[in-house]
Amino acid sequence: MNKINSIRKDWSLIETLIAEDRKILDIGCGDGGLMEQLEKNRNAITHGIELNRDLAANAISRGFNVVHGNAELDLSQYSNNSFDYVILSQTLQAMMKPKDILSELLRIGSKAIVSFPNFGHWKIRLQLLISGKMPVTESLPYTWYDTPNIHFFTIKDFLNLCNEMNIVVEKSIGLTSKGKQFDISESVTGVNFFTHEAIFLLSYKNFEPIKIKSSKKVFAKNSVIAN
Amino acid sequence: MKTKFTTDTKLESEIAYFENINLKLESGDIIDSFKLAFKTYGKLNTDKTNAVLVCHALTGDQYVAGHNPITGREGWWSRMVGPNKPIDTNKFFVICSNVLGGCAGSTGPKELQNGNDVAYGGNFPSVTIKDMVMAQSLLIESLNIEKLFSVIGGSMGAMQALQWAIDFPDKILNIIHIAGALKHSAQNIAFHEVGRQAIMSDPIWKNGKYFENNEVPERGLSVARMIAHITYLSENAMHRKFGRKLQSRDIISFGFDADFQVESYLRYQGKSFVERFDANSYLYLTRAMDYFDHDETFRKNIEFSHNPNNHLKYLIVSFTSDWLFPTIESKMIVNQLNSLSREVSFLEIDTDKGHDSFLLEEPQLDDVIKGFLTNNFAKINE
Repeated sequence: MNKINSIRKDWSLIETLIAEDRKILDIGCGDGGLMEQLEKNRNAITHGIELNRDLAANAISRGFNVVHGNAELDLSQYSNNSFDYVILSQTLQAMMKPKDILSELLRIGSKAIVSFPNFGHWKIRLQLLISGKMPVTESLPYTWYDTPNIHFFTIKDFLNLCNEMNIVVEKSIGLTSKGKQFDISESVTGVNFFTHEAIFLLSYKNFEPIKIKSSKKVFAKNSVIAN
Repeated sequence: MKTKFTTDTKLESEIAYFENINLKLESGDIIDSFKLAFKTYGKLNTDKTNAVLVCHALTGDQYVAGHNPITGREGWWSRMVGPNKPIDTNKFFVICSNVLGGCAGSTGPKELQNGNDVAYGGNFPSVTIKDMVMAQSLLIESLNIEKLFSVIGGSMGAMQALQWAIDFPDKILNIIHIAGALKHSAQNIAFHEVGRQAIMSDPIWKNGKYFENNEVPERGLSVARMIAHITYLSENAMHRKFGRKLQSRDIISFGFDADFQVESYLRYQGKSFVERFDANSYLYLTRAMDYFDHDETFRKNIEFSHNPNNHLKYLIVSFTSDWLFPTIESKMIVNQLNSLSREVSFLEIDTDKGHDSFLLEEPQLDDVIKGFLTNNFAKINE
């Protein structure tokens, strides 16, 4: 099978975070572009949710498993740990309850991949500082009264929330507005200033399995310390 | 099992005879022999991987496309099934059979009782959706098809598709389930009951023995159809189509004639239905729908099926204005399948045409069915 090239820069980065042969849920999957890429290039089994009727119809017509629905209402139907990765690309800022969504992602999936536009980028700060009006940029191109983005946050805010929720950032990739890519965790100063768009690979704190040897059996359990 | 096939030229259908088969029905009754009238379209490929079963709704029949000799009109889904249509007969071998209990050539109340020259009438045993699917599976087997690529149906057809997924998952690859539900709701049973009461209170019905005098309980059956027809539409669609427009007159008559177009339309629907459908069949088939209930059992049936069903793909479609089988009912199926991590797709199509939308012009339905079939067929042949 021919590998396909990604249409969006963030998709190719998301692909690098995903291992082969995994089961993936793409929230806000559109017409299935990322799903197609991951099926072809990573041999993934993909599922998607899409709110927009026409996009969902399009994705289904292309043969993908897509449920036309609203992530804020419909995620509860999925069982715990039923996916290896749950992807939420560029939509966390449009959710009514981003914190609840974040915990849902990590309930359904072993790992979550979240990408969002950074409200701490210098252009946005400058616009607000100088003009005194809500910023309008390429990544956040809406005026305040008709934007789908209702929760603005910066990389710092996001990292604080992860910390509060005991979520581990396994990997973090930043993109500048010129498309230059860097590792957020390694660059200390100015990250929040220069990152235009951020992509995070998240999981809950993973404890090494503790093996308890009894005379007959070996017990293994995650995150449990036995007496 | 040896099945005899004949062609009925008057019905323009193939007939499959299953003799001395002792089919045990869900009710416990046994039918020793039965026949199914069916039509096929397109060609079965050499690997036999392109067979698609279309299941008809309550008042449908095997004439899914082409000429229907009973009505003299085009088949009920000829806009969907045919060469280059969404269910493309250049690509797929399409089978449609009249359900057990039906009245277009399959064994049902209208047909003669085995070894007897009187029709079954009210002596016909109660049939369920499960029984219909069992009979269909015997037909598929006798056509030497091991696996159906897809089972497709709307309304009562959707019930059959779901039953296929429960009973014979090893014999199918996917289902397309349109405007259906896990159960027939109380409101739906209520409407069916009114229809049945209309038939049974027609003095000509005579406990189902009207055929003895060559009579038909026309009034009862047409009223039943009129009631049911209302449930297939929506308020908006009715308003758009008829409003309060008067029928062939400029002023109201101050009487009980069909003053309004909507009345005239319903009367016509009732009248033309009587010419093509058997009243007893209507009683039996509405009952079969009423008895359909997987509300409590579906999840368990799928999760703990003794036949492997992990490979199944489901396409569930509903319509915004369908109040007979509303979207919430479809979503229950989707929820349960998602909670079991099954490969399910779901779409709610925006339309004002009500429950009958699946039979009407809905471009998005066409696109989704065509794409789902074509792409999933390509995937298995990769």
